[in-house]
Amino acid sequence: MIDSPLALRNITRNIDKIDPESIEEYLKTDGYEALKKTLTMKPKEIVSIIRDSGLRGRGGAGYPTGLKWYFAANTQSDAKYVICNADEGEPGTFKDRILMEGDPFSLIEALTIAGYAIGSNKGYIYIRDEYRLSIRRLQNAIEKAQQSGYLGLNILGSGFDFDLEISIGAGSYVCGEETALFESLEGKRGEPRIKPPYPTESGLFGKPTVINNVETLVNIPLIVNRGADWFKEIGTECSPGTKIFTLSGDVARPGAIELPLGTTLRELIYEVAGGISSEEKLKMIQLGGAAGHCLSPDYLDISLDFDSLAVKGLSLGSGAILVLDESRSIIKTAYSLAKFFCHESCGQCTPCREGTLQQKEILGRILSKKSSEKDLELLERLSVSMVQTSLCPLGQTASLGISSAIKHFKEEFLSYSERGI
Amino acid sequence: MAISKAIEQVTINIDGIELNVPRDLTVLEAAKQAGISIPTLCYHPDQDVKGVCRICVIQVEGAKTLQTSCTLKVSEGMNIRTNTPLIREVRKTNLELILARHPKDCLECARNLNCELQELANTFGIREISFPHLKKNLLEDYSTPSIVREPDKCILCRRCVYTCNEVQGVGLLQPINRGSETIIGTPYELPLSDLACALCGQCIHACPVGAITENSHIDRVWQALSSPDKHVVVQTAPAVRVSIGEEFNLAPGSIVTGQLVAGLRRLGFTKVFDTDFTADLTIVEEGSELIERITGSKTLPLITSCSPGWIKFIEHYYPEFLPHLSSCKSPQQMFGALAKSYYAEKTGLDPKDIYVVSVMPCTAKKFEADRPEMNDSGYQDVDAVLTTRELGQMLRASGIDLKKLPEENYDLPLGISTGAGAIFGATGGVMEAALRTAYELITTEELAELEFKDVRGLEGIKEADVQIGELTIKLAVAHSLGNARKLLDAMKQGLADYHFIEIMACPGGCIGGGGQPIPTTNEIRAERIKAIYEVDRNMPIRKSHENPVVKELYKEYLGKPLGEKSHHLLHTSYTARF
Ligand SMILES: Cc1cc2nc3c(=O)[nH]c(=O)nc-3n(C[C@H](O)[C@H](O)[C@H](O)COP(=O)(O)O)c2cc1C
Ligand code: SF4
Ligand code: SF4
Ligand code: SF4
Repeated sequence: MIDSPLALRNITRNIDKIDPESIEEYLKTDGYEALKKTLTMKPKEIVSIIRDSGLRGRGGAGYPTGLKWYFAANTQSDAKYVICNADEGEPGTFKDRILMEGDPFSLIEALTIAGYAIGSNKGYIYIRDEYRLSIRRLQNAIEKAQQSGYLGLNILGSGFDFDLEISIGAGSYVCGEETALFESLEGKRGEPRIKPPYPTESGLFGKPTVINNVETLVNIPLIVNRGADWFKEIGTECSPGTKIFTLSGDVARPGAIELPLGTTLRELIYEVAGGISSEEKLKMIQLGGAAGHCLSPDYLDISLDFDSLAVKGLSLGSGAILVLDESRSIIKTAYSLAKFFCHESCGQCTPCREGTLQQKEILGRILSKKSSEKDLELLERLSVSMVQTSLCPLGQTASLGISSAIKHFKEEFLSYSERGI
Repeated sequence: MAISKAIEQVTINIDGIELNVPRDLTVLEAAKQAGISIPTLCYHPDQDVKGVCRICVIQVEGAKTLQTSCTLKVSEGMNIRTNTPLIREVRKTNLELILARHPKDCLECARNLNCELQELANTFGIREISFPHLKKNLLEDYSTPSIVREPDKCILCRRCVYTCNEVQGVGLLQPINRGSETIIGTPYELPLSDLACALCGQCIHACPVGAITENSHIDRVWQALSSPDKHVVVQTAPAVRVSIGEEFNLAPGSIVTGQLVAGLRRLGFTKVFDTDFTADLTIVEEGSELIERITGSKTLPLITSCSPGWIKFIEHYYPEFLPHLSSCKSPQQMFGALAKSYYAEKTGLDPKDIYVVSVMPCTAKKFEADRPEMNDSGYQDVDAVLTTRELGQMLRASGIDLKKLPEENYDLPLGISTGAGAIFGATGGVMEAALRTAYELITTEELAELEFKDVRGLEGIKEADVQIGELTIKLAVAHSLGNARKLLDAMKQGLADYHFIEIMACPGGCIGGGGQPIPTTNEIRAERIKAIYEVDRNMPIRKSHENPVVKELYKEYLGKPLGEKSHHLLHTSYTARF
């Protein structure tokens, strides 16, 4: 974690402070107080608190968590599931790993509360295979929670049963997409499903399912303990709370930091991360991971919250921020994005499967200076189709980094193609 | 009950047209009702939607991005646009993206002028493909006598995946790899010959392009026809006469028996015979076998054996049930064996000079003709098998327009048949034909009602109890291998105490076979079935055991049903396959 006076330590309060393998230490820092409180309340009341808090998903889409829970809670079914999405495949993102390694009990407590709120007795943590230490710590935490009566049958004598299982990911980026994740959990090929139906209606095994990101979930015990009003004090009106940002690239202090939503890019890069690491000037910021937009320094004063970004057609994604200085090639950056998506497309639908391949092909052509200006038009045509017609958000966003790079750094692209003719 | 009706309907607007439609329609279906046909590629009327080609996109007011009309259900007040500049642009882009990976060899393709991709390219007025052409260079599969796979042509619509898995319950075709390396392949990418493929050819009907086709016998038939020392005879399966008209743009269900015979003569076949004749013979043999098994307390139920896709399937997947199969060869193979024995003797021809061609609705028949044991005449009994499509091709190449031909009759003696032989072409037909004969053989009374309606129609598994004298015979009829699997699984669990089961590998029976004209859909199958029963109704004789040539054959040559000679020529055995 980056040290900074701007940093908050809410969801990261226990990281590096307590022994993540000890339930006793967790209990000493208010651990399981939220669950105890929850079990004295009606499920409906928990859902209301989460709705009132305005908590929004930290996995990329920023969907209101309380609303998701509300829909699932109100769908009748013989079985329901809660799932923690811990696939964290976004390049340059490692916030969920920090949370799971440093405070696994918080996540488990959160999932138990979620189970109670929506009426589910079974949860899964879908986690990427590479996260060995996280898996070990979560496994340990689940066992300790079971032994201490915080998981399993009749939790704390309340009559509520809930258990958790860890499921190891299939090792592809697209399996982090919620419906592909369900397929993978069901033992099938990890391909996204067509929506609707939405997961709260028909998710894992066709049952109502709440799926949340690790970071979203660890907010839950805090909100239950301290109240929705406390939560709304932090961040902006429509984006309350904090967010863990992960900074990488040419900054002096790369790493992760918890900040209130609404912090500006400038604050993040220059105050928190210590500015550009070299003598060069700032050239480009990619906001929100591989699917995010490539921005010019003109965007430094933008407020990092869901709504301010949405107004500009941008997205926070998982909170990954890549900073590049003037020494870097935008074309190479765009090409490596193209390569990434070409590799990660599940291959199911035409615009994404073929579009990501063509992006790579055409950018490769530009990179080797064998292209014409027409290639930029082709990339734009691809982007329109991919955004408009891809089956899942992977394809819908796989061209955004490239098309925004062309928009903001057109001169550089043109200089390549001109020299090429 | 106007209110309950109102609840089921929703009002939508498509391209300015107000429409009341049932709530469970998709936008694609609703648009059709408004006279708007939205282009599709991965959509198939008989399958679950896949929504992967992304060609059928439309704009719904209020939605951030375009939606696929095949997956989206209508809802009250929905405002839909199907033809905006954006829609036209992205449909064209997606189509061009597919074309950029597709070989441009339409002129050399079996599906030239009958290809959904080609049709779309034409509809969209594609004149150039803007994107780099990135060929796949995948391995072709010519390993089986029946099916050819050319994965370079595959556009990844997954329709064959649905058919092989959901309809046929075989499940060999699957998406493998990811992203732009995705292919539709077999387990471990093995050739079909190394796999438990039924060779039913249903995947051919699923395919919108030429990525799956039949292994053509056209060349060897031309060669035989032009060999002066060959006596080339042809047999036509029951289902071909109600489908080959479609190869000449006649409506599905057109009956063209006489024209078919005339066309074959013009192609140069010396004798034009009818598989319906050996279908009648099959009934006499198989009916006798059924009676023998029932009265002799032998293995029951007896299961029909005339569908070679079904035979290959049971040999692979349910070898424990092989003793239940009738030992009767299929009508195609009975014909081959008789052509090179009885017919040769009768005409004084040397069987080695006789060349037997079949016209079949089926791809598995090519495999069946190739089976090493099918040589009881001393020679390979059947030399070449043409699908209905291949015959259509040969006729067209010869400038013969079937529509314009006079009606001619089959040759004697192997061209004489009954209505019972004809209905072999439809699911339930073998059963019905067998009942007509078994009833009269057992009771020695005349059957009053010839038509057994319970075993007709497109329901997946049909059951009936039929009273024959003292006996109540319990029957079941299944078509498609998926339904066959269901029935056999029930048998495994001891839940099926039938006497007699008819199974056909293809949905609808042979009229829906893998060698039939493209398209073959359930709607078209129903039309062909209607035609088959009309053929039956119009036949002067409708019971196999009354076929005069069959009677003569027993008298002159075979002796009696299940006799020694029959046994040698008309019966066979089966092989358990891995
Ligand atoms: C290609 C793709 C990959 C994704 N990967 C992840 C991931 O690794 N972790 C995650 O929490 N959400 C991921 N998501 C978002 C999930 O689909 C889903 O929106 C999220 O898990 C919902 O949780 P939230 O509401 O708490 O954010 C991904 C989405 C897409 C399209
Ligand atoms: S958009 Fe890409 S990842 Fe999503 S379904 Fe289509 S091919 Fe698969
Ligand atoms: S021929 Fe039949 S069994 Fe073989 S792959 Fe095609 S559909 Fe499947
Ligand atoms: S082989 Fe044909 S049916 Fe199968 S996926 Fe490819 S194009 Fe579609």
